[in-house]
Amino acid sequence: MTAFIIRRLLQSVFVMLVVALVAFLMFNYVGDPVNQMVGIDTSFAQREHLRQELGLNDPTLVQFARFVGHAVRGDFGLSYQHKRPVADLFKERLPATLELSLVAALFSLLVGIPMGVYTGLKPDGWLSRIFMAFSLVGVSLPTFLIGILLIFVFSVILGWLPSYGRGTVVAIGGWTTGLLTVSGLKALLMPAVTLGLFQLTLIMRLVRSEMLEVLRTDYIKFARARGLTDRAINFGHALKNTLVPVMTITGLQIGSIIAFAIITETVFQWPGMGLMFLQAIQNVDIPIMSAYLILVAFFFVVINLIVDILYYVVDPRLRVDTAKANGHA
Amino acid sequence: MPRPDTETAAPAAPARHTTNFLHRLADSDIFYSFRHSPVTVAAAIVTLLIIFGAVAAPWIAPQNPFDMASLDLLDAHTPPSWEADGNPKYLLGTDDQGRDLLSAILYGSRISLMVGFFSVLFSMAVGVSLGVVSGYVGGFVDALIMRIAEIQISFPAILIALLIDGVLRTLIPEAKSEQLADTVLIFSIGISGWVQYARTVRSSTLVERGREYVQAARVIGIHPLMIMVRHILPNVMGPVLVIGTIHLAVAIITEATLSFLGVGIPPTQPSLGTLIRIGNDYLFSGEWWITIFPSIALASLVLAVNLLGDWMRDALNPKLR
Amino acid sequence: MPGPLLQIAHLRIAFDTRRGNLVAVDDVSFDVHRGEVFGIVGESGAGKSLTGQAVIGLLEPPGRITAGRIRLEGRRIDNLPYARMRRLRGKQIGMIFQDPLTSLNPLYTIGRQLTETILTHRNMSHAQAREHAVRILSDVGIPAAEKRMEHYPHQFSGGMRQRVVIALALCVNPKLVIADEPTTALDVSIQAQIIALLKQLCEKHATAVVLITHDMGVIAEICDRVAVMYAGRIVELGTVRQVVKHARHPYASGLMGAIPSLRHRQERLNQIEGSMPRLAEIPAGCAFHPRCPEAFAKCRRRRPHLIEIQGAQVACWLYGEKA
Repeated sequence: MTAFIIRRLLQSVFVMLVVALVAFLMFNYVGDPVNQMVGIDTSFAQREHLRQELGLNDPTLVQFARFVGHAVRGDFGLSYQHKRPVADLFKERLPATLELSLVAALFSLLVGIPMGVYTGLKPDGWLSRIFMAFSLVGVSLPTFLIGILLIFVFSVILGWLPSYGRGTVVAIGGWTTGLLTVSGLKALLMPAVTLGLFQLTLIMRLVRSEMLEVLRTDYIKFARARGLTDRAINFGHALKNTLVPVMTITGLQIGSIIAFAIITETVFQWPGMGLMFLQAIQNVDIPIMSAYLILVAFFFVVINLIVDILYYVVDPRLRVDTAKANGHA
Repeated sequence: MPRPDTETAAPAAPARHTTNFLHRLADSDIFYSFRHSPVTVAAAIVTLLIIFGAVAAPWIAPQNPFDMASLDLLDAHTPPSWEADGNPKYLLGTDDQGRDLLSAILYGSRISLMVGFFSVLFSMAVGVSLGVVSGYVGGFVDALIMRIAEIQISFPAILIALLIDGVLRTLIPEAKSEQLADTVLIFSIGISGWVQYARTVRSSTLVERGREYVQAARVIGIHPLMIMVRHILPNVMGPVLVIGTIHLAVAIITEATLSFLGVGIPPTQPSLGTLIRIGNDYLFSGEWWITIFPSIALASLVLAVNLLGDWMRDALNPKLR
Repeated sequence: MPGPLLQIAHLRIAFDTRRGNLVAVDDVSFDVHRGEVFGIVGESGAGKSLTGQAVIGLLEPPGRITAGRIRLEGRRIDNLPYARMRRLRGKQIGMIFQDPLTSLNPLYTIGRQLTETILTHRNMSHAQAREHAVRILSDVGIPAAEKRMEHYPHQFSGGMRQRVVIALALCVNPKLVIADEPTTALDVSIQAQIIALLKQLCEKHATAVVLITHDMGVIAEICDRVAVMYAGRIVELGTVRQVVKHARHPYASGLMGAIPSLRHRQERLNQIEGSMPRLAEIPAGCAFHPRCPEAFAKCRRRRPHLIEIQGAQVACWLYGEKA
């Protein structure tokens, strides 16, 4: 178990280093950081001085090491556009994005898995056909379009829900939450559904196809031949076996929710990291771009690590085979 | 004992192979499943209609929406022709510049389809060649390519496309950025999608490489490049086409999303996504048509292509039903 | 003396496909008596597995029974509602599949899979079921059964897993077990052990076995009676002695020629030329005539039916009117 986790951790560190390298290259070679910081009237000597001070004349490897060192401490420099430390900007916007992503992820899992199980068990039922048609529409509608349509119906025509912002938020310590006020919850509803819908359809289709696959296996046929009840077969034997692959993909999907939040946040002007990242791209604010990249990669790596550990808990085949030695026929 | 599959895979296929193709297609399971799925037939018709509209836009569109001189700002914000203030000249109304929406949608589909299509081709070219090389050469090259693929696949394609697009835009001088917008998009979307092709092609290549006919070709000293192109490639194209169709839908969505986010096709030559972005600003002032019509066009295009891709995957892989 | 345990009469199994209704099993009739080992032998695709699946009610769509009756202890079971058929499975009729590696759920311990099956059919406390499971496990020859209860399938070797599968199939003492190629996936060295175990357990509990196999050696070793199937029909049926030693049907005697023998030196084993026709291409007349060394005009025109000759049944025109 420990060896497995250590191996995974090393892999994660490797992925983070590769991402850091990309972010570093972007930071140093896309546009000139000095040009971004000073005005046009700055003299060449002053620029050179600043260059020296920032360490931009050091060997690339040294610069990369320094970049990683700073990144580990959460220091990504100053935003070109906001003239404030990038870390502070992210700290302000992190709660909005995490709250949105979490609610969207819960929504997609709690609705998507049961729908997938149902369509897998009754592939020819009329409700399954409706679910499948719905899922195809869900996969085909781009996230931003779902957002616009929801705004059109619920804000423009019906006027029930706000079309932008987080509503009233409450500050608890360093965290701001919209989950405790009615206006906050109302504001969260449409963005969360928009963000979760695409993942929901993916999860549903995945669970369905895994379920169909598992129901065809020999051990399910053998369970049937032993006269086990449908309930025991479907929910005891089949569902547990579908969970193993479903968990892996779900982990990836939840990771991508954070990335898709860029789109949802733009549509709903949700004050999170994604919206800031998009504005950074439009304004070539490289420190924010590279910091965002590293932060998102970090989330991904952590989620994948958790999934791997869960995987390990569910599937006995992955656990160390100490008993195998005395298992001769 | 003669092996039938070795025979058909041989480079010099008999001539009757092609003449019989149509007959065999008509009798095949694929064609059968096509004819017996009304949804798929409808999807194919919708796709063909949109492709026709896009290709023929210069001849069938009432107006050239890219020609700023032909636009009349006085006609801006005209609602669809059946509304009270509608103008029969503009069937689906006009946008904020007085552009005829129907024409803009036809031309916009043209750009969306073009960007989507070339992105897929680009992805395919990169992914298939890396996949074949990876599977055929193996060793360090294989490990390197697959490692990069593994890291890239753990990030959503749209994020990769957004990043590449962002970086490229900063590298390209301001003056040229509008001209090059579609090239930048094709490159970004293309790079974000190669992994799936590479993985599929690599695993089929590994299988094909072990087959007798490839071994035989190696033994008689045919150049590896020749073996890859002549013997392995034709055998891995089936799954590649399926991925390509499904990827086309994804590429169209990605282009629309980037354009909607304001980092894609500029408003001077709007794609469907750009049109939706323009219209989104007017949604609250009651001018719903500027957003809704392009949205419908985009959604039907993607839905139709997705349905075709789904059907194709199921028809070629009956096991998955 | 009550009648036979299992009676199959004129069973027909067909698949609805877009190319029409394909008949995979046609007019199959046989009885299985209590405690008897009944073999069904034939090439793959002959319909032997489908017959077994039909008995336990697990035919997979689009396959279905289109004609005939299946009776267990005189009661029809081919038309039972789903819930009643389910209660019959495991309790009255057990089944052993070909591949022990895939027959067990990888995520549950052997103990859990056993007790679950026992508790489904028997009114017992959990502790009693567990005790019963341990006893069954040691009956099938698994050492340290108590400890092995906690192990997962992947911790067992192939032969051991097939023993577990047998334990699962027999754990509530069914009257009939259908064993579908129970040794095909195993090492040759283990096959004999498993066959011996099956025979010993079924003798002990007076369980009847329908043994489906393509291996004439296995049939000769443990069966009492045997049916030879070709292209969905029974071509010969009789006691092992009758069929193995004095096969009448040219196909059956061809199969018997394919058994290697230690007693007689043979230059090479006999083989039957050609292969069995696909379902859609079964020829008119006797399905075997294109491969039959003794075919004559009538064989190409009319399909032979089973006729009784000295206690055995044969479907071949060699034994009927020749014209």
